[in-house]
Amino acid sequence: MKYEVVMGLETHAELDTKSKLFCGCSTKFGSEPNTQTCPICLGLPGVLPVMNKKAFEHSLKAALALHCEISKFTNFDRKSYYYPDLPKNYQTSQNYFNIGNNGYVDIVVKGKEKRIDIHNVHLEEEAGKLVHPETTGANYSLVDFNRAGVPLLEVVTQPDMRSVDEVESYMQTLRNILLYIGVSDCKMQEGSLRFEVSISLREKGSNILGNRVEIKNLNSMKAVLKVIAYEISRQGSLLDKGEDVLMETRLWDDVDSVSRRMRSKEEAHDYRYFPEPDLVPVWIDQGWIDETQATIPELPVDRHRRFVNEYTISDYDAGVLTEDKPLADYFEECVKMSQDSPKELSNWIINDVLRELNERKTNVQDFAISPEMLVELIKIKPTIGSSIAKDVFIEMINTGKTATSIVKEKDLTQMDDVSELDDVVTKVIEENSKAAEDYRLGKKSALAFLIGQTMKITKGKANPKILTEIFKERLSADPK
Amino acid sequence: MDISVKEIEHIANLSRITLAVDEKNIFAKQLTNILDYIEKLNELDTDDVQPMAYATSLKNVFREDELKSSFSRQEILELSPSSANGFFKVPKVIE
Ligand SMILES: [Zn+2]
Repeated sequence: MKYEVVMGLETHAELDTKSKLFCGCSTKFGSEPNTQTCPICLGLPGVLPVMNKKAFEHSLKAALALHCEISKFTNFDRKSYYYPDLPKNYQTSQNYFNIGNNGYVDIVVKGKEKRIDIHNVHLEEEAGKLVHPETTGANYSLVDFNRAGVPLLEVVTQPDMRSVDEVESYMQTLRNILLYIGVSDCKMQEGSLRFEVSISLREKGSNILGNRVEIKNLNSMKAVLKVIAYEISRQGSLLDKGEDVLMETRLWDDVDSVSRRMRSKEEAHDYRYFPEPDLVPVWIDQGWIDETQATIPELPVDRHRRFVNEYTISDYDAGVLTEDKPLADYFEECVKMSQDSPKELSNWIINDVLRELNERKTNVQDFAISPEMLVELIKIKPTIGSSIAKDVFIEMINTGKTATSIVKEKDLTQMDDVSELDDVVTKVIEENSKAAEDYRLGKKSALAFLIGQTMKITKGKANPKILTEIFKERLSADPK
Repeated sequence: MDISVKEIEHIANLSRITLAVDEKNIFAKQLTNILDYIEKLNELDTDDVQPMAYATSLKNVFREDELKSSFSRQEILELSPSSANGFFKVPKVIE
C-alpha cells in the first residue's frame, strides 16, 4: 500500500461504582427502564449535583496507571448539545483541566514493544440510552435514563497507531490495565467499554496529516478492526482518484459492515464549554497522589516481563497467565507453595485449569480447586501417574475433595512394586500368548496391546515405565 | 463588538429556537450592548491575576459512593409530555 494509516483512539469506560456520578441512583445494568433515575440525573431545575468520591478516585487511579501528569487543579465543564439521550442538554465533562495529561501505554506487537502516548484522561457522565422501535412506520424513539449520569472515564490517545495490530494490542492492553486496577468491569457486551477511532491516510514518507475521519458506534473490538479495514480501503480509493477525504464523523453499521456519514450534526462541535457552576473544583495534592499510587498493583505488561524472567516460562505462557489478574494471582500463589517447577504449574493452569473454566463457564475466583489443592495434586502425581492425575483433577472439580483423599478412597496409588507387577505380567502373557508370540517375532505394536491389557486388570494403576521394562525383559529372551 | 444577525441565527439554531426577523434584529442589538458593557472589564490590567471560574473558595466537595432510593418511575414519567412502556417517548431520532 502506498499510504500510511494514522490512527488514534478514544475509549469510554464506565467506572465501577455503586451509585451514579452526582446522585445516589444505582448504576446497575439491565434494570427495568427508568427505574434508576431522580431529579438530579434527570437534570430537573433546582437540583445540586455532588461528586461521587469513588468515581473521582477511580479516575485518578486510571490516570496514574496510564503514567499521566496529574493536574493539581481540576474542574468540570458543561458541554452543551441537544440530544434526546441527554436530559440536561449538556454533559458534565472536563475540557480545560483534565485529571491527567501526557501519559503513555506500552504495548507489545509481535514481540516488539511500542509506546502509545495518551493525550488526556478525564471524567464525565454517561448519557441515557435510546431505543428505536422495530415497528415499521413508528415515528418515535424511546429513552431510558437509567444509564444517564453513570461515571464514565475517557482516555484519549495521540494519533500514534499505524496498524490494525497496534490498535488491537492497545485496546487489549488498556482493557487489562483498567481490569487490573479494578476501576471498570470493561464488559463490552454491556457497553461498559466502548471505542471511537479516528483514521487518516497519508502518502508514505509524508509527515502532513490527512483529513481525519472519526468513527463512532463501535461496540466490540472486532467492529473496531473491521471499520479500520473498511476505512483504509474507502479513503484509499478516494485518494487514488484524486478526491478529498471529508473531515467528518461516521457511524459504523455492524449489520451491513459499512461506515455511514452522520447526519444533522454540522454544528455539533460548537459545544460552548464553560465551567460547571454547580460543582466546585478539585485540588489534588501530592499526598493524595502518593496514596493512590500505592494502591496500583503491578501492571500486566510489567508482570508479563517479570514472569518470563523470574519463572523462566515462555513469553506466550506469561502472556496467557497475565491477561487475567485473578489467573496470574492464582499462578503465583501456586508457585509460592510448590516445590515443583513453575513451568509444570503453568502447564497445568494453561491446559487443564483454563480448559475446565471455559467448559464450565466459570472463572478462577470461583474455581473448585484452590491453588493449595492443585499444588498438592502435582506433588503426589509421581505416585499415581500422569494419566490418573488428570482423572483425579476432574474428580476434584466435581466433588471438591482433595487429591490425597480421592486417591485414598479409590485406592489409586500407582503400582510400582516390581514383583507385584511381575505376577500380573505373567498372567497377561499366559492369557494373550498369541500377542506375546507376535512381539517376540518382531511385531512391536503387540507390546502396546499387552500393556493395555495389564492396565485393564490393574485399573490403570500400573506404573507404565516399570511395566514396559518388565515386558521387554520377559519377551526379549526365551521364556523363563 | 458587533453581533451579526447571522450569529444570532447560529445561536438560535444551537438552542433549537425559532426567531422572527424583527426578533433577530432586536437580539443582535441587545447582545451587542451586553458584550460592549462586559468589554469594559478589558480596561483593567489583569496580567498578574489568575483566571477565576468560581466565586466561592469551596473545593473538594464529595459524597461517598452510597445508594439512595431513586424516584418512582410513574412520578418521573408523568413529568414528560409522552411515555410508553416505562420509556420516555420522543420524536424519532434518525441515526
Ligand atoms: Zn439519580
